Amino acid sequence: MKQSKFIIRENTAVADHVYRLVLDGDTSEMKRGGQFVDLAIHGFFLRRPIAAQKWDSESMILFYKVVGNGTDVLSRMQAGESLDILTGLGNGFNASACKGKALVVCGGLGASPAFTLVKELLLCGHDVTVVLGFNKYDDMILADEYRLLGAEVHIATLDGSAGTKGFVTDVIASLENDFDYFYTCGPKVMMKAVCNSLDIPGEASLEERMGCGCGICYGCTCHTTKGAKRICADGPVFKKEEIIW
Amino acid sequence: MVTEVNLCGVSLKNPVVPASGTFGFGLEMAEVYDLNVLGGISLKGSTREARFGNECPRIAETPSGMLNSVGLQNPGIDVLVGEKVPALRERFDGAIIANVSGFSVEEYVHCTEKASACEGIDIVEVNVSCPNVHGGGLAFGTSAAAAAEVTAAVRKVCSKPLFVKLSPNVTDIAEIARACEGAGADGLTLINTILGMRIDIKSRKPVLANRMGGFSGKAVFPVAVRMVNQVRHAVSIPVMGCGGVSSAADVIEMMMAGATAVQVGAENLRNPYVCKEICEELPLLMNELKINDLNEIIGII
Repeated sequence: MKQSKFIIRENTAVADHVYRLVLDGDTSEMKRGGQFVDLAIHGFFLRRPIAAQKWDSESMILFYKVVGNGTDVLSRMQAGESLDILTGLGNGFNASACKGKALVVCGGLGASPAFTLVKELLLCGHDVTVVLGFNKYDDMILADEYRLLGAEVHIATLDGSAGTKGFVTDVIASLENDFDYFYTCGPKVMMKAVCNSLDIPGEASLEERMGCGCGICYGCTCHTTKGAKRICADGPVFKKEEIIW
Repeated sequence: MVTEVNLCGVSLKNPVVPASGTFGFGLEMAEVYDLNVLGGISLKGSTREARFGNECPRIAETPSGMLNSVGLQNPGIDVLVGEKVPALRERFDGAIIANVSGFSVEEYVHCTEKASACEGIDIVEVNVSCPNVHGGGLAFGTSAAAAAEVTAAVRKVCSKPLFVKLSPNVTDIAEIARACEGAGADGLTLINTILGMRIDIKSRKPVLANRMGGFSGKAVFPVAVRMVNQVRHAVSIPVMGCGGVSSAADVIEMMMAGATAVQVGAENLRNPYVCKEICEELPLLMNELKINDLNEIIGII
């Protein structure tokens, strides 16, 4: 974990209520895809935990959705303004757990934290199939970026305005089932359905309202088959068999 | 310049102590900064058996503060004294304060006895005030008779300095403080969180799964200062001030109100480095305020 100042380079709406935030600063604590950062927003007591889409040595990109007053204030911040951010939080996905063909299933904003994972998997030489689910076309993010990485990308939307009409599980059912490992990130109901529909090992990134984001307050604890775990520090990524839905 | 303070014979290199529940078992932070800058650490509250606590969400934000209904998640007193404290002792030379809770006088006695017997623990802090747990600490901390009953019972099994952590959810904090002093407490910690509630007006449901939770953070600081000052005039035992402290200036103010040591709670959650920053800032502020020895300002109000 590291606390540092980041300067906003870009903060723009890219989908319905969804913003892309490009930040310049010290990313040395970011190690794995699926890790998150915790932003202090002026006027709000608690930080806002947001996963990183990708980063290089001196900048990173976050996607966030305006869901309340804090993220609303964040969405109004301008290029050049600074943010106090804790970086390098959470365990992130374990790319090395995948030994063969990978299936990555994301819902909504969950497309963001899985991005660096997919990059890592492709770099390791794995075939990666990415299934992205959204409510509607206007919610869609990162589909082209995933294609540019070299992943096989499938889209599902609930209203059929892009890709297959239906759920990500409908798309998965239509794919040839030759995957060795899966990763999922998105709404809890979606991840539960994904975990239950696949008989291969995998992992999911959980979410909960957090206090500290760094393991000291025990505010975001969940039940697992291995006992009580802090989503912020022991997770947010847990193996399928550890999760109690 | 003297920042050292003394709590019932336990010397603290400075008065800054992360409050119970906001700093884990100390070990979680040992990788983040050198804990030895701190005067002491009050560890996460422990009970006889391991507890999961309440269901999530158990954190809610408020203007200048927060609510929590963690509900005393902990691995149990045996893990605390057998694993957590020995591991922390290897990394930390300051005062280790064990915070114990219970749902009956017997449980308080059991936990206090174990904590008192643990070599690495310097002070035992008995939480009679946690508002989170159904049928739990609330009843003890909100009645002078019940608070005194717990204090007297744990006193018999405690050979270490015994602090009782008081609930602010009472009509007359001075009366409870006097009852605890009379029953044998060596010191008092106050305040614990203030019982609060928030409702999500869109879903028409309480924000916290537990409905209610403890209110803390900057917003409660004036309440804490007031209660510390009332208690300081009601008893002659030392007080650890706690509640909304977020800066070196707050530490000085709390000491002037009557605190010998000062605990920092919810601010650790928004800024995990805050205790270290306060320790660094304190001598500079003392210099500016022409305070040579922090002991000179304790309870001057």
